[in-house]
Amino acid sequence: MKAEKCKGFTDLTPDDMRAFRYVEDTFRDCCLGWGYDEIRTPTLEYLYLFTSAGTLTPNMLGKVYSFLDWDGWSGERVVLKPDGTIPTARFYISNNKSGLARLFYVTNLFMFEETGKKSREKWQCGVELIGVNSALSDIELLSLSLDVLRQLGLSDIRIKLSHAGLIKALLDSLELSSEEKNNIFSRILEGDSAALDIVKMDKPETVEALNLLLGLKGKTSGFLKNVKALSSKRLANISEPLDNFICIVEKLEKLGVDYRIDLASGKGFEYYTGLIFHLLIGQNVIGGGGRYDALIPQMGGQATPAAGFAIYMDQLMKLIEPESLAELDSNKILVRIETDAMEEGFNLAEILRDFGYIVVMQLEDKQETDYGWKLEVVSKGLKFALTNIAGGETTKTDDACDILKLLGCTEDVA
Amino acid sequence: MSLNIALPKGRLLNSTATLLERAGWELDGYNDKLRYYRLKSGKFPDINIKVLQEKDIPIQIAVGNYDLGICGLDWTEELLVKYPSSSVIKIADLGYGDGALYVAALPGELADPEKLTLRKNITRIAGEYPNLAEILAGKLRLKRFSIFPLWGGAEVYPPEDAEIVLLPRKSEKDILDAGLVPIIKVVDFKAYLIANSNSLKTKNMADVLSSLTDLLDSSRDFPKTFHVIKTTDIASAKSFTTVNDDMVRLALPDGHQQSHVCRIFDKVGIKVDDYPSQTGNRRPTSNLAGYFIKVIRPQDMPLQIANGNFDLAITGRDWLIDHKYQFPNSPIHELLDLKYGWVKIVAVVDEKLPVEDIASWWQHCNEKQITCRVATEYTNIADRYVRDNRIDRYRIIPTWGATEGFLPEDADLLIENTETGGTIARHNLRIIDKLFESTACLIASTRKVSNTKKSERMEFLIDALKNAMEMP
Repeated sequence: MKAEKCKGFTDLTPDDMRAFRYVEDTFRDCCLGWGYDEIRTPTLEYLYLFTSAGTLTPNMLGKVYSFLDWDGWSGERVVLKPDGTIPTARFYISNNKSGLARLFYVTNLFMFEETGKKSREKWQCGVELIGVNSALSDIELLSLSLDVLRQLGLSDIRIKLSHAGLIKALLDSLELSSEEKNNIFSRILEGDSAALDIVKMDKPETVEALNLLLGLKGKTSGFLKNVKALSSKRLANISEPLDNFICIVEKLEKLGVDYRIDLASGKGFEYYTGLIFHLLIGQNVIGGGGRYDALIPQMGGQATPAAGFAIYMDQLMKLIEPESLAELDSNKILVRIETDAMEEGFNLAEILRDFGYIVVMQLEDKQETDYGWKLEVVSKGLKFALTNIAGGETTKTDDACDILKLLGCTEDVA
Repeated sequence: MSLNIALPKGRLLNSTATLLERAGWELDGYNDKLRYYRLKSGKFPDINIKVLQEKDIPIQIAVGNYDLGICGLDWTEELLVKYPSSSVIKIADLGYGDGALYVAALPGELADPEKLTLRKNITRIAGEYPNLAEILAGKLRLKRFSIFPLWGGAEVYPPEDAEIVLLPRKSEKDILDAGLVPIIKVVDFKAYLIANSNSLKTKNMADVLSSLTDLLDSSRDFPKTFHVIKTTDIASAKSFTTVNDDMVRLALPDGHQQSHVCRIFDKVGIKVDDYPSQTGNRRPTSNLAGYFIKVIRPQDMPLQIANGNFDLAITGRDWLIDHKYQFPNSPIHELLDLKYGWVKIVAVVDEKLPVEDIASWWQHCNEKQITCRVATEYTNIADRYVRDNRIDRYRIIPTWGATEGFLPEDADLLIENTETGGTIARHNLRIIDKLFESTACLIASTRKVSNTKKSERMEFLIDALKNAMEMP
């Protein structure tokens, strides 16, 4: 019988895991530095958390891993979590939290992908800032996301901004039925650029306003102010989200953050209600987030505003050079210990590990060239022999301290 | 290269037979009096044709046992909404097949999709199409819901045991006549020619395909799914019995078990009117004071008892065990063995194979390196059985009856029930193991009944049935 990997799933190799841990550790350090607390929610959640309006679109629901678990006699289905934000909102509600919460997590998410060529399991580093709705809190999240990417050594990051509140207000002004409105909104969020074409054809009188807001792309808060001046009389209901958007981008300008406004790039989740941002390197979207003030009350919690973002592990791992993460050979010691010298050998190895060396016990034929040093511990004659593998010179001694001195371990170990 | 084609039994049989006659297939014996599962075509003598339950056909095409098949769009969609990457392709609308699958509910708030979306309580959805039900829940944006998959009799569930129900019916009028409102038309019951996608890529079946498509009108609409119905008609105000807290809700089986139940009831003077019913009435009345009775499929009873929709039910132990294997924590148990409907649940293979018992079957699977296809109505019993017997690689193929016909082409092992073993021998099959014996039994929830009156009423029937068991 051939052992096969499940279709659509990926193994992470040692090289992959070095990149994974590097991204994860950097992300964790940044979040801790900004005062966020780590959580981990279960892999299984009830499906209904994701079905009500304002959570996942029906199209996304058609791709979740839902099934009956051991308690499925109740008829309630469970799901391998397809999203990180909704479980975090559930965590906030079910732990009776109130007020401000700064939370982060590293999690895997499951979503069916038809060809099985792309991975159906994705890893994400997510941050949620719950209990506050201010332009400053949106800026905090965006800045934290940029800090993570900077700490990872990534540059040329592009930011695209959109605003779900503005898109919704715009759709409200189109006199659509609620079914049509939800349909178009979710299609915009799923990145369907043709979603608005139907409206454009049906309602020629609104083409002008639509073109102005959705067609144009701008780079300054002045752009948004112009839009407001041009359309606020005609479309009174857009002024509130537009003001919020202007307030956020003005603050970003003060911080010297370079961004681009592209309302039609609103790709994201149905639960977004305010600012939406995407982070790109080249053409690859490596992260994104947004404000979701209605989600927690929608899920049965108190009226609690919130916003968050995620960076995509799979994308970032591709950008990290595996060589830069590998341990230096000079830090690795291969140790061969004779049976009668076990005690001395293991003791010395332990001390060397305390000094930060990677100490590998020689079992079978190991490639010596992967190591900076080779240490032999024997029972007869001089006990210790240390060889610099690159240089080839060997030093023999009876005193373990000599070995430590040779390796530059200068602390008093006695 | 031989082709395998699956044709439907049941409601589509006559129209399909007419179509194939027009296409000149010259099928022998594909009619109401169908005696054999395997048929031959005069026009295409090389193709293997088998008649299957309509519901089984998309699954059989998907697993690659058949290259082409004809079945209703409802069962094809039921498979494809959950498994969009399965190897089933819809080729052509064959232009017949009456009716549609509707979502129905009682008149009022439940029949309004926007109000269903706002409901905070659990919305129970019952029907024979659990995958479509799940998509429906997503489309309706339900805040909280349970899905009860059924073997049949969906119409009797609302309003007591389900808020909304997936109902196959000829027309919207049929639903209104039943006192319910059609809310959504899920899909039309059109007969479709479907194919295995790999077969389409690798096998030449042009002659067979064109013999059918030549007859078809090419200008058919693409079928709309999940179409919201704006009903202006009001359902005929049908009054449903109010079930009080002190009443016992009893589920009685439909089908061949009915005469046995009547015989036992007769012994102790219990009279159930209109059971078995000539008109398909599923709400009989009885001389049991304080009892509310519904007639449902025995297969569906364990789930209904577990969820507290019924207090007592008469079903088979086989179905109780199948349920418990899937959900060991389910709060149901057997109260009384009713000692009729004795069957044994057996493992069955093709008689021609040199296999005598499960151990030699294991050896056979290993030597031949086969992925063992297990066809069964008892998916959970079968799953546990093959797993416990360390069959390394297997697939459970759920079936809806007539499982004997699956061997040897479409399955390698069956988990079946049998009384005498006669049917199994007639199909040239061999029993290699007996899993357990099953009889009818009375089942109930393990939860305590808090209403004293109701509890006493339940005890009355349990005692009566115990007495009946002791009578000759």
